[in-house]
Amino acid sequence: MSFFRLPRWGGFWLVALPFAAVCHGAEPQKLAPLKSGIEFASADVRRLQADDFENPGMLWVARGAKLWGASAENDGKSCAACHGAAAKSMKGVATRYPRVDPEAGRLVNLEGRINLCREKNQQAAPLAHESGELLALTAYVAHQSRGMPAQAALDAQSMKDFERGRALYHARIGQMNLACAHCHDRNWGRKLAAETISQGHGNAYPAYRLEWQSVGSLARRIRACYFGLRAEMPPFGAQDLLDLELYLAWRGSGLPVETPGVRR
Amino acid sequence: MVARVQLPQAAKRGEVIEIRIAIQHPMETGFRFDLMGKAVPKNVINSLRVRYNGAEVFRAELGSGIAANPYLQFYTVAEASGEFVFEWVDDAGERGSETAAVAVT
Repeated sequence: MSFFRLPRWGGFWLVALPFAAVCHGAEPQKLAPLKSGIEFASADVRRLQADDFENPGMLWVARGAKLWGASAENDGKSCAACHGAAAKSMKGVATRYPRVDPEAGRLVNLEGRINLCREKNQQAAPLAHESGELLALTAYVAHQSRGMPAQAALDAQSMKDFERGRALYHARIGQMNLACAHCHDRNWGRKLAAETISQGHGNAYPAYRLEWQSVGSLARRIRACYFGLRAEMPPFGAQDLLDLELYLAWRGSGLPVETPGVRR
Repeated sequence: MVARVQLPQAAKRGEVIEIRIAIQHPMETGFRFDLMGKAVPKNVINSLRVRYNGAEVFRAELGSGIAANPYLQFYTVAEASGEFVFEWVDDAGERGSETAAVAVT
């Protein structure tokens, strides 16, 4: 009897598989259970992140606090002159980024929003990508939302960016010919050489990465994945990176903000 | 240079207190090359000195084997109310300092 059953089941799968693929493509799926990157980290990295003094990222937060009260070069207005105490005014702000800025009419992340504010309200030059000042200010602002669940605000304006980000996330790239989804959706929790593959959430960024010996942005981390896949890295500030950041924010929404996180 | 220091604000006389300091510094080893192949000159915080009411209680000589953003922790006996002064200097000659007060009862 079993001899006859095998081909029948084989036929079932042949019919069922294309349907499964179509269903998967139609509705974006969030991972369950959602796990922050820190859950895949070793005990020493967890300890480093948990201790607010030993966590080296807190040095950037401390510098950001100084910059928050410092006057910008041109008109002498500081962030604090308009926004007051960041602990109150910036609480929860980082959970909503990246989003489409209503005035600029384009998708911006937290770094981009800080630079918009500099240009518009402080009449100052935008800070360079990955500069110490921008990382410090971003880390300081994002730190005010620590522990709050990230909630990507998808709306009609950001839908196009979101769909582009989703497509990028699932597109094979580089000499390795892999998509983000191959590691971070299908194989999280398993090993890639000595590393445990995480779910690839951005809730700890800007984070202190031991490999960098510095705090870096989520864009820098995504570029590092491009590098690992031997793909051409998009330049800092590229639309591709922003779209991916938005998709990551959506698929990780609900996870608490950890800034400044510590990662290997 | 940004630095953070941490010590108890109040302590009993004779109590052993923990003092922590973290300094933001790249701690360039001198063994790295930039993207153009040029050697990055060595630049590390080479010495750190901590004085408690004027008396030296801790001194460290750091080298290229210390990771970026060094974090140090030591203990001392709380003797009198006063100030801890942390001073350090790197190979480029840049100096940094930080102070913190302790109230001893």
